[in-house]
Amino acid sequence: MDISDEVEAASAGSRRAIGRLLTRVERGERDLEALIHPRNQAQIIGLTGAPGVGKSTITGHLAARLARRGRVAVMAIDPSSPVSGGAILGDRIRMDSVLGEADVFIRSMATRGSEGGLSAAAPAAFRLLDAIGFDVIIVETVGVGQVEVDIAAAADTTVVVVTPGWGDAIQANKAGLLEVADVFVINKADRPGASDTRRDLELMLDLTATNDHSWRAPIVATIGTSAEGIEELIGAIDEHDTALEAQDLRGQRRRARTLLEVRSRVGLVVESRLDAALETEQISARIDSVAADGGDTLALVDALTELLFGFSDP
Amino acid sequence: MSGDEADTADHPVRVVLAKLGLDGHDRGLKVVARMLRDGGCEVIYLGLRQSTESIIAAVEQEDADIIGLSMHNAGHLTLAPKMVKAVADAGLDVSVIVGGIIPDPDVKTLLDAGVAAVLGPGASSDEVVAIARSVSRR
Ligand SMILES: Nc1nc2c(ncn2[C@@H]2O[C@H](COP(=O)(O)OP(=O)(O)O)[C@@H](O)[C@H]2O)c(=O)[nH]1
Ligand SMILES: [Mg+2]
Repeated sequence: MDISDEVEAASAGSRRAIGRLLTRVERGERDLEALIHPRNQAQIIGLTGAPGVGKSTITGHLAARLARRGRVAVMAIDPSSPVSGGAILGDRIRMDSVLGEADVFIRSMATRGSEGGLSAAAPAAFRLLDAIGFDVIIVETVGVGQVEVDIAAAADTTVVVVTPGWGDAIQANKAGLLEVADVFVINKADRPGASDTRRDLELMLDLTATNDHSWRAPIVATIGTSAEGIEELIGAIDEHDTALEAQDLRGQRRRARTLLEVRSRVGLVVESRLDAALETEQISARIDSVAADGGDTLALVDALTELLFGFSDP
Repeated sequence: MSGDEADTADHPVRVVLAKLGLDGHDRGLKVVARMLRDGGCEVIYLGLRQSTESIIAAVEQEDADIIGLSMHNAGHLTLAPKMVKAVADAGLDVSVIVGGIIPDPDVKTLLDAGVAAVLGPGASSDEVVAIARSVSRR
């Protein structure tokens, strides 16, 4: 199918056309760009947190309910294996099990070499989904360890999911999740310790400087397995959305998304150039010699920088 | 890096893995998922109790190249061709691979019915990945 026909079919709701266009987006196909006419209407909700906390389950519940208001797409992003480049994308199972008959478009994406938990193509995918008429885009990403949390830059509202227990709250703090949360979810509230976790989070929020728009992240307790707390979560997300609107911050979020997309795409180009340069005979021989006989590592860094960018930073 | 390598890195083969019907466990399916991932494929894991409709819906949204079905009951002779037919009816350009304990005479029947490849339980990880690559349109 011709690409502009595909865009038309996708706007009319064809799952297959949307699926194919997202593949083009992932491949960075240029001829698609001219056909994406932003509506700037889609609300982007990011969910992040450690593996197993219940992100997919909650995403499914949110999607099912928000689908009553408009067209909903879910993007479930998981890391690619740095070794093989492959990935196991298993979020659909949990989502399907709670979606019921709701009409929700779900796409699983692997990060494909991008750091920060978001695929380089994700912001472009959001643009496409907005352009073809989606009203809400829910993005699930894994937030682990010290990894920088890109989702916060990409989403209008970032929901950080933790589970009861000290460990998680501390971990959320360490991973920088505390700063990026617009809304906190304590999922698995059926388990003991939820109120302790709430108190810990409140304490940490007290200690954290308020962020740019002086919004204090509300904390919502949920039970993914029974959908308890989901309406309250939607209420919190709506409230944050209203605050964004009131403070005219939507444009700023869009700029942050553009920046993120440009940065991560250029980052991939630079990285692949660097990898190629490291494999050249000249550089490879110098690495061998520095490794074997010692030598000036920093001079080698300068030489490589010069090779890549035409100048080196003294 | 050769051109081919660059291609697979940019366009990994996407495989939807599922089990049709009500039977059993998904241990075998999980093993295959790992083999494919380690071979550079992106696996969309649907797991147990899928229907041809739910698989087609996932394939469309995920723009997958391959459907991998795990079969351990006697239903393969009806279920696998049913999947092939559903793919054809939907007008999708997607290969169906069947894995599991399939008696020799049935293998030919399945291939004749349009199944792209049949993998026995002893298939090595290299074989699994090679077959996925060879039947994929990417
Ligand atoms: N006990 C309990 N289990 C839950 C709850 N929410 C989700 N789970 C289970 O936690 C596991 C992981 O859920 P999943 O949504 O896949 O987590 P994700 O990895 O963060 O996306 C699944 O077995 C869910 O059924 C909850 O509120 N309470
Ligand atoms: Mg998940």
